[in-house]
Amino acid sequence: MEKELKSQLRQIVGERWFLDTPDELYVYSYDATPLYQAMPDAVVMPSSVEEIAAVLKIANQHRIPIVSRGSGTNLCGGTVPTEGGIVLVTNRLNGLQEIDEENLTATFGPGLITSELHQAVEARGLFYPPDPGSMRISTMGGNVAECAGGMRGLKYGVTKDYIMGLQAVLPNGEVLRFGGKNAKDVAGYDITKLLVGSEGTLAVVTEITAKLLPLPKAKQTMVAYFSDLTDAARTVQRVIAERIIPATMEFLDQATMRVVEEFARIGLPLDMKAMLLIEQDGDPLQVEQDMIRIAEIAHAERAVEVRTAQHAEEGAKLMAARRAALSALSRVKPTTILEDATVPRARLAEMVDQIGVIANKYSVPICTFGHAGDGNLHPTCMTDERDTEEIHRVEMAFGEIFEAAIKLGGTITGEHGVGIAKAPYLEWKVGAGGIDLMKRVKEAFDPHGIMNPGKMFAKDQRRRVVVKTHGCAHEHVGGGHGHSRA
Amino acid sequence: MGALTNMLAAGTVTAGPEHCPDSSLPRLLDQFDMDEILNCMQCGFCLPACPTYRQTGKESASPRGRIALMKGAATERLQIDEEFEHNMYLCLGCRACETACPAGVPYGSLVETARDVVETRKKQKGDTSLLRDLIFHEVFPHPERLELMGSLLWMAQAAGLQALAQKTGLIKIMPRQAAEMATAVQTIASPWQRMKREPVMEPEREAAGLKIGLFTGCVMDMMFYETNQATARALTKAGCQVVFAKEQACCGALHAHAGEQSGAVELAKRNIEAFERAGVDFVVNNAGGCGAALKEYHHWFHDDPVWKERAMRFVGRVRDANELLAELPPLSFSKELNVRVTYQDSCHLAHGQGVRNQPRQLLKSIPGVEFVEMRGADTCCGSAGIYNITNFDMSMQILDDKMVDVENTKATLIVTSNPGCLLQMKKGIQRAGMTGQMEAVHIMDLIERAL
Ligand SMILES: Cc1cc2nc3c(=O)[nH]c(=O)nc-3n(C[C@H](O)[C@H](O)[C@H](O)COP(=O)(O)OP(=O)(O)OC[C@H]3O[C@@H](n4cnc5c(N)ncnc54)[C@H](O)[C@@H]3O)c2cc1C
Ligand code: SF4
Ligand code: SF4
Repeated sequence: MEKELKSQLRQIVGERWFLDTPDELYVYSYDATPLYQAMPDAVVMPSSVEEIAAVLKIANQHRIPIVSRGSGTNLCGGTVPTEGGIVLVTNRLNGLQEIDEENLTATFGPGLITSELHQAVEARGLFYPPDPGSMRISTMGGNVAECAGGMRGLKYGVTKDYIMGLQAVLPNGEVLRFGGKNAKDVAGYDITKLLVGSEGTLAVVTEITAKLLPLPKAKQTMVAYFSDLTDAARTVQRVIAERIIPATMEFLDQATMRVVEEFARIGLPLDMKAMLLIEQDGDPLQVEQDMIRIAEIAHAERAVEVRTAQHAEEGAKLMAARRAALSALSRVKPTTILEDATVPRARLAEMVDQIGVIANKYSVPICTFGHAGDGNLHPTCMTDERDTEEIHRVEMAFGEIFEAAIKLGGTITGEHGVGIAKAPYLEWKVGAGGIDLMKRVKEAFDPHGIMNPGKMFAKDQRRRVVVKTHGCAHEHVGGGHGHSRA
Repeated sequence: MGALTNMLAAGTVTAGPEHCPDSSLPRLLDQFDMDEILNCMQCGFCLPACPTYRQTGKESASPRGRIALMKGAATERLQIDEEFEHNMYLCLGCRACETACPAGVPYGSLVETARDVVETRKKQKGDTSLLRDLIFHEVFPHPERLELMGSLLWMAQAAGLQALAQKTGLIKIMPRQAAEMATAVQTIASPWQRMKREPVMEPEREAAGLKIGLFTGCVMDMMFYETNQATARALTKAGCQVVFAKEQACCGALHAHAGEQSGAVELAKRNIEAFERAGVDFVVNNAGGCGAALKEYHHWFHDDPVWKERAMRFVGRVRDANELLAELPPLSFSKELNVRVTYQDSCHLAHGQGVRNQPRQLLKSIPGVEFVEMRGADTCCGSAGIYNITNFDMSMQILDDKMVDVENTKATLIVTSNPGCLLQMKKGIQRAGMTGQMEAVHIMDLIERAL
């Protein structure tokens, strides 16, 4: 990047918030996704929508890539600046502007940390349900851009179900508002929802208005252990078939339980093959009734042990253990690769089965846990990025897992997004026509392709980086750790 | 084959040395523990726990960022230069990130290695700072010199440090930071006061049958002599015999944190020997920072099995004073204090040794103490060894934020378990303009007031 451009950017955000020294660039070359890394040319940390608009104008003029970044906890390589350019960090726009108790909305900057929003609204007896495992550090902007899910997805849905209004800056510097506080609003295309899950490829989100709910009065947590995986999966299906929608139904397989126990020491029975963590909230009486019925179903489906947490603390401890699952798994081996294949929940048992078969076939260690109620699984592989041969097998296995998910009517990613990691597989899910339409939507927002380039869509032929690597004969697509289907 | 390698092959990762560095570098880089560095999965869970990240919002000032920088340096994609040095030293070493990290990354030892590499590199290049050398090689390892410095400090204080500093021109070599911190130093024990110390103190009540070696610490004994005596008295009240092993030395923590590994090892050997000779059941200390280092001695002897064995035995005997007092039968107090008290965790006690409940229990057991928990009590106060001298501005920002939480407790006493934190809290009280309304005190001194 030219000196002149850098000094313009410096002027916009101020000396202190423009970074371009080797160390500073290096720490924005990665996010929470293993195996991906690329250097940006500069990093800016703007403090206002005006500064963002000014930065985008310059970038658009000079065709410089813009990579928006919150806390960099995404798991799809979404903030890795694969084509260099400017990393635009949003964490200084972290103000909580308003909690509107009449309209039940909250309005805040994209840099606000998810759990800080939770605390602020809960202090007023209100509730913002989406709770990704990373909520203590993820930003709301990142949640919006990835349409983050969480453990309460079964009953309460995901981020997109709560985003009512957005302010966003287009690549040309134009600042627009979409949606608002209206419970009903059909004025034109729903651009608000389009921006949710757009992974920074269309615009920079600069302000968010979210819907709030009343905080449920009661909550209970239950844990059920099974000596057979499919019993657990069937329990999930039967509970829902009986018209009970728990807030949370989380699933951990034996391998995951072992690791979590090692970390959290909460006394999990390690001879069990699977456990379900079930949480119900709402009216105290209803919660009580639901929990009794769920316990009955679990027993009928041959649960070995069912226990209801005696108090909130015990419940919170169990849930905390689940939240730590991924990180705890990373203790086992240096590199932890996590995917999020998702199937309609009625196919859950089949999917869990398939993962086991595929893991065996490629002899790679895969632990599986996830949001069972949503059919959203996190098959997680513990490996070592220095062992190229094994990494290759891991890639093959995950390719096959995605394929299995799609065959079962599922999808390649439930909540982590496409980014670079899953770009090569997007076509499997949406088809060539779908990709084409999405690309045209992107062009309408971003004609020069500066917004998070290289994400969502596998690179076209011209830009595709094809590298032949030792011990690995097939093609690698544009930095994806997946192989192309062709 | 991973994408990283693809990226590298495609030339996307561009940082890195322009030319090949000299041959001593690879061996130096071997010191980095790649397995542990790779164990960091970059999940970011540690970010909200890190005071320097919270202050700056910058990834380079976060644990995840620093580990990434180490990885960059270890793989020669980043140079071990001034910028790298600055980033490694901006860390407080408070280890709050270790508590937050679900992947069990031993951040504390990683950053020590990184600093060691930085210092070795500087020596290889022939540039070390004179002041640093002086302090680490000429003062800390030598008790008598430290004592001299203590005596000097004492005289200096008696005469008014600022005045002396000006008269002698000391002000020119003593940076603003050190001078500012000096204003928070309390009265230092006079040399003859320290000489009068009884080498053995006998139990005052029915004997618990324990022989305790009090680890006096270097700075601790110099500046907080009274606190050491108070600790010894509390232990004798609890029925222990307390001995002051003569040949003990500085714990070596400051050396280790500042990348002076070999100096640290020498001091560790001296202490192990001294307490072996004293034949004690427990080695008790009252400074969280020293305690954490003492408990890690076995990690300092990786390739010396004999010393490692001795270190393990030593480590098994080390206890923080809070820890041991909580295990002994309750102290019987004779006075009621009637104060509202809050507690600032010592990072190296809470995050480094997992001692959180014991000091709180002790405080609550003192008659007339109303204990209020402070928000963020276990986040660093910014003192962090000599950090408040080396990174004065950042340290003061962190401290000012901390004081807001302190004030919100409406306590009149802020209690700590580490001399560094104590000094810092005293400084904080001054900065917040609360001198006279609030007092900072070491927990052992508070206990003494009620005994
Ligand atoms: C341990 C762990 C557990 C996790 N658990 C879950 C989970 O349960 N559910 C779940 O859904 N995810 C989960 N995630 C993934 C991740 O935390 C979420 O995707 C989160 O929303 C990312 O937030 P962030 O602030 O870190 O965003 P980043 O990673 O910084 O960015 C994510 C994407 O958003 C874009 N972006 C960021 N801010 C803006 C903005 N203001 N405007 C436009 N685009 C923007 C970026 O360009 C990027 O494409 C987990 C991750 C980890 C490491
Ligand atoms: S030791 Fe403290 S300052 Fe250093 S990285 Fe960890 S939390 Fe941050
Ligand atoms: S919490 Fe642990 S694993 Fe996660 S980024 Fe921090 S040091 Fe790495």
